[in-house]
Amino acid sequence: MFAKILIANRGEIACRVIDTARRMGVATVAVHSTADAASRHVAMADEAVAVGGPAPAGSYLRGEAIIAAALQTGAQAIHPGYGFLSENPEFVDAVTAAGLVFIGPSAAAIRAMGLKDAAKRLMAEAGVPVVPGYHGANQDPEHLAGAADTVGYPVLIKAVAGGGGKGMRRVERPEDFAEALASAQREAAGAFGNSAVLIEKYVEKPRHIEMQVFGDGTHAVHLYERDCSLQRRHQKVIEEAPAPGMTPQMRAAMGEAAVRAATAIGYSGAGTIEFIVDASDGLRPDRFWFMEMNTRLQVEHPVTEAITGIDLVEWQLRVASGEPLPLRQQDIPLSGHAFEARLYAEDVPAGFLPATGTLDHLAFPAGARIETGVRPGDTISPWYDPMIAKLVVHGPTRAVALAQLSRALAETEVAGSVTNLAFLGALARHPGFAAGDVDTGLIARDLAALTEVPACPPGVVALAALAAAGLDQPAAPQQGFSLWAPLRQQVTLHAAGEDIAATLQPHGPDRVTVELPGHTLHAERRGGAWSLDGAKAPGTARRTPHGIAVFGPAGTFTFTPVDPLARLAAAGAGGNVVLSPMPGLVKAVFVAPGQVVAEGERLAILEAMKMEHTLTAARIGIVAEVLAAAGDQVEAGAALVRLEDEEPKEAAA
Amino acid sequence: MKLLTRALTGSDAFRANRAAHLGMIEAVAEVARTAAMGGGAKAVARHTARGKMPPRERVANLLDPGSPFLEIGATAAHGLYDGAAPAAGVIAGIGRVHGLEVMVVANDATVKGGTYYPMTVKKHLRAQEIAEENHLPCIYLVDSGGANLPSQDEVFPDRDHFGRIFYNQARMSAKGIAQIAVVMGSCTAGGAYVPAMSDVTIIVKDQGTIFLAGPPLVKAATGEIVTSEDLGGGDVHTRLSGVADYLAEDDTHALALARRAVLHLNRAKPATVQLQSPELPAYDPEEILGVVPADLRTPYDIREVIARLVDGSRFDEFKARFGETLVTGFAHLNGIPVGIIANNGVLFSEAAVKGAHFVELCSQRCIPLIFLQNITGFMVGRRYENEGIARHGAKMVTAVATTNVPKITCLVGGSFGAGNYGMAGRAYSPRLLWSWPNSRISVMGGEQAAGVLATVRREGIERAGGTWSAEEEAEFKRPTTEMFELQSQPLYASARLWDDGIIDPRKTRDVLALSLSAALNAPIEPTRFGLFRM
Repeated sequence: MFAKILIANRGEIACRVIDTARRMGVATVAVHSTADAASRHVAMADEAVAVGGPAPAGSYLRGEAIIAAALQTGAQAIHPGYGFLSENPEFVDAVTAAGLVFIGPSAAAIRAMGLKDAAKRLMAEAGVPVVPGYHGANQDPEHLAGAADTVGYPVLIKAVAGGGGKGMRRVERPEDFAEALASAQREAAGAFGNSAVLIEKYVEKPRHIEMQVFGDGTHAVHLYERDCSLQRRHQKVIEEAPAPGMTPQMRAAMGEAAVRAATAIGYSGAGTIEFIVDASDGLRPDRFWFMEMNTRLQVEHPVTEAITGIDLVEWQLRVASGEPLPLRQQDIPLSGHAFEARLYAEDVPAGFLPATGTLDHLAFPAGARIETGVRPGDTISPWYDPMIAKLVVHGPTRAVALAQLSRALAETEVAGSVTNLAFLGALARHPGFAAGDVDTGLIARDLAALTEVPACPPGVVALAALAAAGLDQPAAPQQGFSLWAPLRQQVTLHAAGEDIAATLQPHGPDRVTVELPGHTLHAERRGGAWSLDGAKAPGTARRTPHGIAVFGPAGTFTFTPVDPLARLAAAGAGGNVVLSPMPGLVKAVFVAPGQVVAEGERLAILEAMKMEHTLTAARIGIVAEVLAAAGDQVEAGAALVRLEDEEPKEAAA
Repeated sequence: MKLLTRALTGSDAFRANRAAHLGMIEAVAEVARTAAMGGGAKAVARHTARGKMPPRERVANLLDPGSPFLEIGATAAHGLYDGAAPAAGVIAGIGRVHGLEVMVVANDATVKGGTYYPMTVKKHLRAQEIAEENHLPCIYLVDSGGANLPSQDEVFPDRDHFGRIFYNQARMSAKGIAQIAVVMGSCTAGGAYVPAMSDVTIIVKDQGTIFLAGPPLVKAATGEIVTSEDLGGGDVHTRLSGVADYLAEDDTHALALARRAVLHLNRAKPATVQLQSPELPAYDPEEILGVVPADLRTPYDIREVIARLVDGSRFDEFKARFGETLVTGFAHLNGIPVGIIANNGVLFSEAAVKGAHFVELCSQRCIPLIFLQNITGFMVGRRYENEGIARHGAKMVTAVATTNVPKITCLVGGSFGAGNYGMAGRAYSPRLLWSWPNSRISVMGGEQAAGVLATVRREGIERAGGTWSAEEEAEFKRPTTEMFELQSQPLYASARLWDDGIIDPRKTRDVLALSLSAALNAPIEPTRFGLFRM
């Protein structure tokens, strides 16, 4: 076994690897960017080396700096985590050349699976079923359109070098093909430096079921499947294992195919074979096709760990240090059911825009496995994936595990950034999901219901008002004292775009009448917690540096107490400014000062995380100022373009 | 050390006492509730229609959320001016702004435009006196038309009339006691000096005006026609005249600015006493209503009250076996060390000397004093006069008058005659003085007064050879007894600001705690006593 390893990653996965390494008595070295100098993974590691600036290209993607860090600290092996350099064969070569061990597959295996069309050919040759499609080198748009016609609509355009949904487009009709192709190629070129795409049959009622495999270079086993069908725009949201409705025959067929795929390339380490499954007629052994292989540990690996009781990172370290596979296929246990939910800092109502913020408050319930790279007070920066945590639950049955997931989500408390917590909760309560009737279109079909902003109960507002007034703290003996006539104090809260006027009338340290528009509630403190109208309060309020968050069964609601002094300062900013809706990179600016723009006209393109967002003019106007340039990294709320107060005369006429 | 109660909380007497006290409390509460409504629904509606916050809400929103508010003179002017000036048209009291205890004085413009009746002046000056003695920053929420013209002879010329307000402001400012004015309405004539004499002044846009003479008077005097706003509005005073320092958009904004001004006062309470962690009494203060007899003439042990006021009901009684009609001792109240002097019967020479001794002790140690008054007076009669009770009483009065430790007085029963002096009555400048609804105050009991007058009268009639029947005597005595009974009532007393307010006996501990806390804002100066007649 290694004495010391370096983890070439950040966030939750770096922490996850450190956990296992520490348990195995292996010392750890973290690498970090300047933005991550104080992050959790750095704090957890035995040693840490700074490898560059905040942009991934300047730090976590700098293979030579990372290898130098390993050599300098005496680490014997490098664990790549997922993302970043985990599937970069040149990096693997460089690691090996430096006399270090890469904890993962060989460069050859990564190369074999790296280009999707080549991988599919390879798999087809190895007898693994693949989806009909065109994986050729001819990238002429007309040729590709012809290929799409041959495969038959609907089709999927995918970046050859892609992953994570980038450069991927679904096309319903031939007339839309050209535009979708151009867009996919542009995105692919931007993301991977390779604009080549492939065309595939679009599968109806598709399910995404993947097999976890593990090889030692010669032999391979599988650790059963994971169902990742709950996706939004090809981003996995909730994963589970086993797959609902899985039959022994189907599992055997998929497992066998997966092992065949891994052995075909002499795979070593943890890998995942992703299959697309046509579930229009249940799970049938002749209706799954190879999509791609991920030659690394997956984000969702903990669900496999939960049902098998196997620590996959431990296996990675053992196999990489030369040990044989720890278990034979028939000895791999399978017990119960597990779910993983991915908690992200993202603005769901605004269209799942990535968000940033300082996590003023962060608390997770007991009873769930929490994989996280952040602590209370840490920042979700615009530089990296905005994941806050993965919540993993395991129960004897799917129903029990799902109930645990619901409860774990309901009891998770995050303040300081908007999150997808309510969305995850709604998903966990979705009847179709509960019934196991899943497919990759589920979220898109029910998106409106799943993203419905829950109504804020008056009790929640009352709790927020009490907290805003500081009455959530243990009371001084004379708090709220008055001789004869109680004072009525006003608290104005800002929430969901409107001001709520609350009036508090204290009747002593532990009794307050809270008047809200349309409601009057009597709050009484019992055992340190407020009850409202004699009933348990619908949550707990916490004051944070940025406002008040109320966590409860109805969800998380955030409020900002309105400061009369700040209110007037804010009144100065007008509605003429186009703001960045999220942190991101300005890709292009299309307007210049003095230019007349029409309502809806493109002003700029912002790239945030994995999406391009077009910012348009809300009205006709004259551009007064352009405040950002292409290439600028901007924060959410940053002013990008300012329009003149007056509308242009000729346009108005 | 812990006091043991002999009260039988299940007894008929306990229940009867409680019922009687609740009746008296409700009578006061009713008056206070009415006073808190200011000039009535119509006037309040007119006031709020102009975008102005009702005055009590102004006070509430100036203070920290959940801040205690120790209101003074809540029933001032009750029964005076034909009921035209509820609470004397001004709200005053001690509250907290950013944790700092401050005196708030807020004009109630719904009461005759916030004009100053004689009691308004008296209440304003009393609030200032409390602020000055206890070093409390003053915040004036000004919205007043100035002196009530029909009462000008009672509000303008004398020493303790209108002009004294500005004198006090200047004197307090000189002592470093901040003076902050928030002009939320008119500030006319003499009233203009409240903001002008303040350290910091905030004025509300389109609502606050400050001028020596309003537009009608200007027109009469010089013929100049000018609007209120151009003459002395917020814009003028913050931009041109410099009379005000901050321009506020509205009441809410103005109050927020005032709070911010307090934040920058850079004040800290002096460390004058050794505080302990507060502890509730072992006996529920609620029981005070049952343990205190409803009838003042029924004697009871004042320790039953003390046990329901002090931390842990612990009381280190001093000289318990000497001069037993005066109970003295040390305790903590909400963590603050206090010396308690309480009546347990008529004052004899020994009790008076013991009282003087105890005041000396507390003064030596800088321990604040609490007086629980239930006193019919000093003992009378040949034996007592001959042993020099006047001399002994004078020792106690001297000690109480000259000590520099804060004194807080609460009238829990009778307050008659010279007993009132020795027990730190109003004339002895306790920092704050509170009354229970069952208390009575007069120079002597109504019966005794009528008896004295009747004796003089009978002697006159009989000296002239006439006769005076028992019926005639009773008829003669009746008006005096009735007058004394009326004038000794706490609502009568409080209406005239002979005290700082009537309190619910169950809140006595809180009131004393807040009073002491306010008092501790001022440093405790060393005491130099007057001459004790030996």
